[in-house]
Amino acid sequence: MSGAINHDGRFGAYGGQYVPETLIPALDELTKEYDAAICDPSFVAALTAELETYVGRPSSLSDAPRFSKHVGAHVLLKREDLNHTGAHKINNAIAQALLAIRMGKRRIIAETGAGQHGVATATACARFELECVVYMGEEDMRRQELNVFRMRLMGATVIPVRSGTRTLKDATSEAIRDWVGTCDESHYIIGSVVGPAPYPRMVRDFQAIIGREARAQVLERVGRLPRTVVACVGGGSNAMGTFHAFVGDAEVELIGVEAAGKGLEASEHSASLQRGAPGVLHGSLSYLLQDAHGQVHPAHSISAGLDYPGVGPEHSWLRDTGRATYVSCTDAEALDAFGLLGRLEGIIPALETAHAVAWIDASRGRWASDDVVLLCVSGRGDKDVAQVAQSHTISV
Amino acid sequence: MLSERFAALRASNRRALVCYVTAGHPDPGASLALVQGLADAGADVIELGVPFSDPVADGPVIQQSSQLALDAGMTLDRALELGARAKPDVPLVLFSYLNPLLAAGSDVLTRAHDAGIAGLLVTDLPVGSDPDRERWIGESPLSFVRLVAPTTPTERMASIASHGGGFVYLISRLGVTGARSELPPDLPATIHRLRSVCELPICVGFGVSSPEQARAVGALADGVVVGSALVTAAGRSVDDALGFVRALRAEMDRA
Repeated sequence: MSGAINHDGRFGAYGGQYVPETLIPALDELTKEYDAAICDPSFVAALTAELETYVGRPSSLSDAPRFSKHVGAHVLLKREDLNHTGAHKINNAIAQALLAIRMGKRRIIAETGAGQHGVATATACARFELECVVYMGEEDMRRQELNVFRMRLMGATVIPVRSGTRTLKDATSEAIRDWVGTCDESHYIIGSVVGPAPYPRMVRDFQAIIGREARAQVLERVGRLPRTVVACVGGGSNAMGTFHAFVGDAEVELIGVEAAGKGLEASEHSASLQRGAPGVLHGSLSYLLQDAHGQVHPAHSISAGLDYPGVGPEHSWLRDTGRATYVSCTDAEALDAFGLLGRLEGIIPALETAHAVAWIDASRGRWASDDVVLLCVSGRGDKDVAQVAQSHTISV
Repeated sequence: MLSERFAALRASNRRALVCYVTAGHPDPGASLALVQGLADAGADVIELGVPFSDPVADGPVIQQSSQLALDAGMTLDRALELGARAKPDVPLVLFSYLNPLLAAGSDVLTRAHDAGIAGLLVTDLPVGSDPDRERWIGESPLSFVRLVAPTTPTERMASIASHGGGFVYLISRLGVTGARSELPPDLPATIHRLRSVCELPICVGFGVSSPEQARAVGALADGVVVGSALVTAAGRSVDDALGFVRALRAEMDRA
């Protein structure tokens, strides 16, 4: 399961535990407890039961006949948008909440960008009677008002973060600061494959159910593996979860779509793997948008969930080894694709997912008509409808 | 230079007053004047903070001082320049997050030494986290000052002490930097645990904000680090900051 990982929890040179000393014992404990939990049949059974009876797994694999015709390939959609709470984030939040209970920690900290991870964590905490504190950038609270309301409805405390760019990066910093002060009683549920070890590996493992299910479903449906697997990449958890089962299938091409924001040539984008350089942020070494002095460069994306200057360390490793390819789409292209999938398939994707849809749309002609293209629909777009309507790019 | 300073302090039975300032805060000119004035005001060691855009170990005061300094164009190399120009009579320890150091290139530690920097403290490079980069610093001419937290198990404290140089920086409590009104009740026990496995001088920081607290900590450890409270005073004026340091010194030295 972890062939890519070195003995010290790194992916090649990437990853690590670049954190204040205070957190090292908490990370050691988490590593030990996580490794024990995934080998413990009672933990696995409890998690499986939650995923099947509460989250709604396995998620469907949908044919997309009109979109397929439009693209000129056989596109299949892995429907993480159909999960309870509307995105893949719940897979990880439920699993880490169960782990927190196992560790005797009843207070949960989370960061959130688009609000999907915050909602998923608030949901898990309500279900398991855990205290929930979610850090969210003030700018994102404005962009994702609906999700703020959902979190509060479920009893979570949402704390506005006013430092820096007031987005996911600063929410993550603030969540880490909380954890440095409360690590004896709190568990920090990181929402993506980022952060210090063991988080990138652990979150990937909890999301790897996406790719495991999808691989089996595709084989059952069409009798062969996909030619191309596509997912959007911010921190990179839905992509890593989707890719993981296919990494060993050399013939399957893995495509991660980053947010090009206002364009890669402008400085306002979130394409850390294409325009960044290796650096240390939030506990791990990975590609990072930064200036010549090592100061983190603010990211930009219309999608709050992709608006992050770093990326999970395993993606950096997959990039350098050439096993995965990273491309990008702009805000404008994602907005077009947001409407496209709705019109052709009756599925309104999250703006994050819309980036992956946009890349497939822009790549028409690169596949034979019977090539299978697997797209992870990481979340649904209900949360984005108001923002998209305001942008006036599509009429509603 | 750090070890000589601590030996001299020990010989005179005094405790070290370690003063943290953010390079470039509140503005480059005032920052230079502050670093130049600290030794006379009573500082034994000066920690020169390199501002970073995402300081996860710092509370609001140092976050804001860092942002102000960055907005005014402070960089690691300009901080070294500031240190070289100030040339204080006491050792300078560079206090940085890892990323600005990595971006500054592999010869940055030699440049720092040439600028008169005696030691280096890296907030987010705990012992054992990155042997290659730890060796890079450990084999440089700078003393590699390591941090110990109250959560650190005693056997890990021993390992940290054996990997460190200059002094050991003991974080007094869970949490980020910032002034607190009380010292943590378990501080004497934590210092005792560390002392049992550590031969280096022990300086205690995080939350020490008044002359009385500095005196109380000085009774337990070899030195006291004052950061956020000093940065707050520096935000008012250099005179306020130096007056605060004199008050700390007077209370620590009171018989």
